[in-house]
Amino acid sequence: MTRALRTVLYRCHVESGARFGPFAGYEMPIQYQGVLAEHRAVRERAGMFDVSHMGEIRVRGPRALSLLQGLTPNDVGALAPGRAHYSALLTERGTFIDDLLVYCLDPEDYLLVVNAASRERDLELLQRAAEAEDGGVRVDDQSDETALIAVQGPRAAEIVSDVVGAAAADLRYYSFLRDHSAEDEAQRLVSRTGYTGEDGFEIYTPPERAEDLWAAFLERGRDVGLIPAGLGARDTLRLEAGMMLCGQDIDEETTPLEAGLSWIVKWKKGDFIGRDALARQRERGCRHRLVGFEVEGRGIARHGHRLTVRNAPDCAGPVTSGAFAPTLGRAIGIARVDCGGGLPAPGSAASVTVRGREIDCRIVKLPFYRRPKAGV
Amino acid sequence: MIPDDRLYTAQHEWLKVEDGKAVLGITDFAQQELGDVVFVELPAPGQEFAAGSEIGAIESVKAVAEIYTPVAGSIEAVNDGLEDAPEVVNEDPYGEGWLVRLRLAEEGPPDDLMTAAAYEAQLAG
Repeated sequence: MTRALRTVLYRCHVESGARFGPFAGYEMPIQYQGVLAEHRAVRERAGMFDVSHMGEIRVRGPRALSLLQGLTPNDVGALAPGRAHYSALLTERGTFIDDLLVYCLDPEDYLLVVNAASRERDLELLQRAAEAEDGGVRVDDQSDETALIAVQGPRAAEIVSDVVGAAAADLRYYSFLRDHSAEDEAQRLVSRTGYTGEDGFEIYTPPERAEDLWAAFLERGRDVGLIPAGLGARDTLRLEAGMMLCGQDIDEETTPLEAGLSWIVKWKKGDFIGRDALARQRERGCRHRLVGFEVEGRGIARHGHRLTVRNAPDCAGPVTSGAFAPTLGRAIGIARVDCGGGLPAPGSAASVTVRGREIDCRIVKLPFYRRPKAGV
Repeated sequence: MIPDDRLYTAQHEWLKVEDGKAVLGITDFAQQELGDVVFVELPAPGQEFAAGSEIGAIESVKAVAEIYTPVAGSIEAVNDGLEDAPEVVNEDPYGEGWLVRLRLAEEGPPDDLMTAAAYEAQLAG
């Protein structure tokens, strides 16, 4: 086992009293004050995450668009410069190698933001595809030259626009801007994206500027209650928002159709890896589906527990994510169930077995939590 | 500070023995390791347990820890207040955050538990 990697913000985390844990080869802050306080801060005010472990892969050249169209299910051709979308790298079987964001910098220049755990594999896949393009595409791993800070929550817009520029507040969801910080020419990318279910921003910055930026957000955010938040809160926030965690909810045994992510599959855009398998699945129906459930009894369903739908004992399967949902005040989860007899309807009674005890659950529609619409 | 009026286990539990009865809880170190406690599962009063058996569980947002009794006995009382306020385990692990009170099956405190000083040494080591 090699020594765990640290992000450039490690010292900031130590200063803020972080407790660290291993994640995808990195020693990452799991929590500072506590998961509940950090979760609440993001829902009610603002929280700031270091997610510099994420991978950034740049794909450039006259053939970049056609390469990405062939490798990802969403329609990269529909992305205008300054816009981003959620997509995936799939196997021939249509299952997830990774989920990712695609940023269109210009029609011949794209930034892919991928999960740390699959970065090497993604890179290899992209490079192999690029070789076939005969010099028409250049693929560069920019992960080590990129730090990533996420500022999330209803107060994020005022904090971020004060620190990086007023234009940030005008960004639409899944839009971004690039700028140069005042002190030097280092490139920065600010996007209105996130993994919490709240309004928020992700700021990509050269590593040498990351500590100053972190400090500036902390300073500006202090009055409105921004606190640093760790991967613990990130997980409960994304789960409440019904967002999938790659490698846990979605993996090489799961397709976008099974995961309720059919909206990232654009059938009319032409061929891409996995399309044939997905088309067959669309025709024949899914054997498995990811479903959301709420725990009604006392207890918490966790990853690996088994969910069974009452009155349909064949409709059962493992819990892929399960946690206490701080905003809802009860436990929730996602399970991968067999659905030979059809998808269980929202409201269906179900149960999980926890330490030998059967606990009542109910199938619910995702997401568990939707943020209140801002009263503009 | 680790209170020296009670005994400790290697699994970061404390046991306060008095008059043939013992109150059981988890240490400050244990609650810190667990993080925010959101649910405590306790046994029913009257249930009997052998030493070393699992009697319940403490669930935090991110993890679950089983509760073991280091002594044999029957459950005389459980801390009902934790049902509505599980966070008390975090806030006051040595006091209001106690878990259960047992009536000891055998006389006297068990001899395989640690003193506060020995437990502190284990934490430091």
